[in-house]
Amino acid sequence: MLKIWNMKQKQQSDANADAAAGNKKKKVTAAQLRVQKDLSELELPRTMKTIFKDPDDVLNFELTIEPDEGMYKGGQFHFTFEISQEFPHQAPKVLCKEKIYHPNIDLQGKVCLNILREDWKPVLNIQAVIVGLQFLFLEPNASDPLNKEAAEDLRSNREGFKRNVRQSMGGGIVRNEAFDKVFKTRD
Amino acid sequence: MSQPVMVAGTIPVPALEPDSRWTYLDNVRRNTGPYTSEEFDTSDEAVSTMDRLKVLGAGGLGCELLKDLALSGFKDIHVIDMDTIDVSNLNRQFLFRHSDVGKSKAEVAARFVEKRVKGVSITPHNCKIQDKDEDFYMQFNIVICGLDSIEARRWMNSTLINLADPENPESYKPLIDGGTEDCQIAGLSTQLGFKGQSRVVFPTITSCLECQLDMHAPRQAVPLCTLATIPRQPEHCIEWAHIIAWEQEQPFPKLDNDDPEHITWLYKKALARAEEFKISGVTYSLTQGVVKNIIPAIASTNAIIAASCCNEAFKIATQTNPSLGFEENYMMYSGNDSIYTYTFKHEKKDDCPVCGQLARDLEVDPNFTLQEFIESLAERAEAQLKKPSIRAESHTLYMQSPVSLEEMTRPNLKKKIGELVGNGDEIAITDPSLGTVNFKYKLKFFKEYRAAV
Ligand SMILES: [Zn+2]
Repeated sequence: MLKIWNMKQKQQSDANADAAAGNKKKKVTAAQLRVQKDLSELELPRTMKTIFKDPDDVLNFELTIEPDEGMYKGGQFHFTFEISQEFPHQAPKVLCKEKIYHPNIDLQGKVCLNILREDWKPVLNIQAVIVGLQFLFLEPNASDPLNKEAAEDLRSNREGFKRNVRQSMGGGIVRNEAFDKVFKTRD
Repeated sequence: MSQPVMVAGTIPVPALEPDSRWTYLDNVRRNTGPYTSEEFDTSDEAVSTMDRLKVLGAGGLGCELLKDLALSGFKDIHVIDMDTIDVSNLNRQFLFRHSDVGKSKAEVAARFVEKRVKGVSITPHNCKIQDKDEDFYMQFNIVICGLDSIEARRWMNSTLINLADPENPESYKPLIDGGTEDCQIAGLSTQLGFKGQSRVVFPTITSCLECQLDMHAPRQAVPLCTLATIPRQPEHCIEWAHIIAWEQEQPFPKLDNDDPEHITWLYKKALARAEEFKISGVTYSLTQGVVKNIIPAIASTNAIIAASCCNEAFKIATQTNPSLGFEENYMMYSGNDSIYTYTFKHEKKDDCPVCGQLARDLEVDPNFTLQEFIESLAERAEAQLKKPSIRAESHTLYMQSPVSLEEMTRPNLKKKIGELVGNGDEIAITDPSLGTVNFKYKLKFFKEYRAAV
């Protein structure tokens, strides 16, 4: 059993050896550290911004997306990001706060984006997720439906789908379902 | 051969001396051999140190590991396992009987092995590993894990690394980790567990479990849209109940994977969905398995891995033979295609967030403003930071980006260090110019902090 200690003593001459001393204060966790790195390297287009309720808690925040082109242009969408201590081994949990008409987002706000689930890898970062979300508004995708009706609508009648999107964004009813008003109010 | 022979079954066992169970072990412990280390000591005194070593076994390798440790001469064993015995455990977890169903696995196993192996003391802890604090883990000499989730492993790994204190040799706890789950396509029972691994970590000295995270096959998740629209497997129905139905209906405030009532709710939901899509195979235990991400391993693979973990513990404790650790530290076993084992050295990573950059002491004047402190960092040779972002454990001190966080933390730049953190606090610094590396410092105030009046 003594051997480990001998090994450690040999290491003491290393540059790193004055590390890890004394009292057991709480330490910055691996997840916090990685999120800090991801956030500080974030490059957001002007159509997006982040909102932090509590700047000390970087694991929970909101992302606002205001698409300036495509079918969802003029809307303002809020996504909550919930990052666990398992990050980056586990993908962030992302939910759309508004109830919207979108083939890849269900009525509870769940998002079908491959890198949030089956294709998540620890080398991916928060930037990648944000780019993915942006893409969903530019190119809604009928082949990975989470809202089956919306996907069917997009596939069979693209123009009709567009009209329904605009209708829903104004807080209207589409296929017996009432949606949240998401048009950006002038401020 | 004059030595007693181990026999099984109905052949009468010759009357043995009370301690003869340890004859073979003593041969190993009392004779130098070709592989014994230089410090190897065959004295009574040295041999008896093993009696005083305290080892902890955590989680899944349970019955096997406990039996192996007790029969290998460890005398003071603790076992920590939060599970209770389920009927489905009885077929392979051989320490349990039908009358034990519903009781704590740790308690029943401890009592059983104590009864069978005279002179061993086994202390059960019927709780989660996370329920115990650093003082608890400090009492052990060796920790052996057969935990069934990456989360629990990472927790144990970082806890033991945080314990390591250069001023206290006793604080370095060798961590032996055994697992059989990586071989699986999670949630799909298409491949049985013929693969496993054992590894040894000497905290802060050799590659840790966090350094080795890339060795775990990522859990293969099924696309959300498949779950929502076209389930094909019983697992898809369970995941649907787990991820979608639960949140829509919220039958209980918060899902507790260990609450049978919650699992039953999911099971019924999944079953109804499976019937709707004409899928068979949804069972209660499959539901439990998918939700808790438990991958079934076959009993013999478990036994091989548990035995290998126990042998490493024995070698570390006795120095009779070189153990996994300093050089080779990772053994992988595969029985998928005939038998293959491969033992190698997994290198410690300099950028490991747990063991890579241990906090260095940094002398600092607490009357510096954060701004002045950041400027002083730029001058440090090892750091050469261009755009550092800094946090303490519970506070974000300054973030360069995104805009919203920069604005919120900017007022801190004018505050004094002593106002923001305490003497001895750890801070972590990231900077785009550092790549994946980061710095941690433990702040040592070399002047007294004078709070502004
Ligand atoms: Zn490490």
